[in-house]
Amino acid sequence: MGQTIAEKILSRSAGRAVAAGEFVEAAIDVAMIHDITGPLAVKTLYEIADRVWDRTKVIMLFDHQVPADSIDAAVNHLELRKFAQREGILNYDVQEGVCHQVMVEKGHVLPGELVIGADSHTCTYGAVGAFATGVGSTDMGVALASGRLWFKVPETIAFDIGGKLARRVYAKDIILTIIGDVGVNGATYKACEFDGETVAHMDIANRMTLCNMAVEMGGKTGIVAPDKATAAFLEERSFDGDFTLGSDEDATKVLRRYNASEMVPMVAKPHQVDNVVPVTDVEGQHIDQVFIGSCTNGRYEDLKAAAELLKGESVARGVRMIVIPASRTEFQRALKTGLIDIFTASGALVEAPCCGPCMGGSFGILGPGEVGLSTSNRNFVGRQGSPLASVYLCSPATAAASAIDGVIADPRTH
Amino acid sequence: MARSKAHITGRVWKFGDNVDTDAIIPGKYLVLNSSKDLAKHAFENVRPNFASQVIKGDIIVGGENFGCGSSREHAPLALKDNVGIVLARSFARIFFRNAIDIGLPVVECDTTEIEDGDIIHVDLEAGKIYNETQNKEIQMTPFPQFIKNIIDAGGLVQYIKNAQLEGREQRELEID
Repeated sequence: MGQTIAEKILSRSAGRAVAAGEFVEAAIDVAMIHDITGPLAVKTLYEIADRVWDRTKVIMLFDHQVPADSIDAAVNHLELRKFAQREGILNYDVQEGVCHQVMVEKGHVLPGELVIGADSHTCTYGAVGAFATGVGSTDMGVALASGRLWFKVPETIAFDIGGKLARRVYAKDIILTIIGDVGVNGATYKACEFDGETVAHMDIANRMTLCNMAVEMGGKTGIVAPDKATAAFLEERSFDGDFTLGSDEDATKVLRRYNASEMVPMVAKPHQVDNVVPVTDVEGQHIDQVFIGSCTNGRYEDLKAAAELLKGESVARGVRMIVIPASRTEFQRALKTGLIDIFTASGALVEAPCCGPCMGGSFGILGPGEVGLSTSNRNFVGRQGSPLASVYLCSPATAAASAIDGVIADPRTH
Repeated sequence: MARSKAHITGRVWKFGDNVDTDAIIPGKYLVLNSSKDLAKHAFENVRPNFASQVIKGDIIVGGENFGCGSSREHAPLALKDNVGIVLARSFARIFFRNAIDIGLPVVECDTTEIEDGDIIHVDLEAGKIYNETQNKEIQMTPFPQFIKNIIDAGGLVQYIKNAQLEGREQRELEID
């Protein structure tokens, strides 16, 4: 019997051939912590060990409350800086942007690696062929101490996506379609492998969007087998890796087929990510704030898709628009290519790279009764501020078209 | 209500499907790191009277996919001081691990007929759940042995400390 990519990576890390359903203890290649979940992980580490297991394998940065937005946040940052200095680990501090974007663009994640992050959207790194999964702070603390962690080897759902996406339809619309189909519980504990013709032609930015939201259907990880696009992306950044990894033909997988050419712009309505409808069902819905950014859709490609619509246009009166590039690198790309100029000219606020309104604990917070339209990944009650606010999720193009019209709008008609 | 490692008796706070981690503890409180501080804001957005009215040992009952969303360990931590156990038809993956890791018992079972305010007794040792109000036994899915070992120790940190004290390799312990 052949193996899935997930089984292959966990077999390598466990040092023996393993199959779905087995419990294994596996060696971690890289561990990531940030300002929100880091403090508890560090506390756990020092309860059981004196040092991190390998200072070259731990990456830290701040992105959730950046720059520090309260004294409590500043204290967390201070403590973590001391930790990084003491241990000699790499700390990007507040400078580089959203953890998941930074981990991938700085080459901290390579195909075939087992990566954990103290953040649920760590599954994003599967876009470059790694097995990456989010863990809590105690698990992270134990991994920081020992370099090892237990896993249940997941079964795999293969999402086979064929066909060519229509104009102004993106990976975000694909993943919202899938989550609407399988439900928020539809892939619990599963590895979500994305393949097929559509994915083969997709850039890494859009693959990251797909993998990012695997956790929104309960997935343990999202993963795309590394290929020429992965090699080109990493080689451009002078990183190497194994680009031959893939699931065997006879590996056990649940297969789900989708036709991307039939897909349309989709919107997840409040307050659950699988509450997904075509944008035409909610056209005209009042909005107060539009947010373009986050680990889901804050990359250059996302900003470019939004700027295409916003060029020469203005954000509608009465609507606030916040644009946050996912990293300093993506910010600079957007700056050099004139995208930032388009956003500021349209009346949008452009903020420095960070999680921004996505977490609802920092800034860009929604008030009672307000409606937010967001390119991020969650629309739970209170996610972006008041429990009496509502959040709709969509692609950057749908967000931009809606910002111009002042109500939820179909980007295909712009 | 009493809470020991194996026997838990408490009053039910019933929730629905897909209780997310933002509902358990809103993002704005993630700057807090102690269970005591976090407990003051548990379920604040969705059940504002919970934090002030919960009695030590009370039982949270959910439907499918309890604890979905963020990896924030602050969520089970916000419940740990007061809640005896969380029962749900199914749990989201990261929440389940986090709860076990910090020693908050979480058990999968059919919660459909349990009602708010019911008094429930859970015997983790025997793997039995009894709804005293409705006079009904509920089947539970038993834990794998090594997860049971972590719960018995009171969480993953204590489990590892015990192993260190006994001079055992963590590796040998974690995989049965």
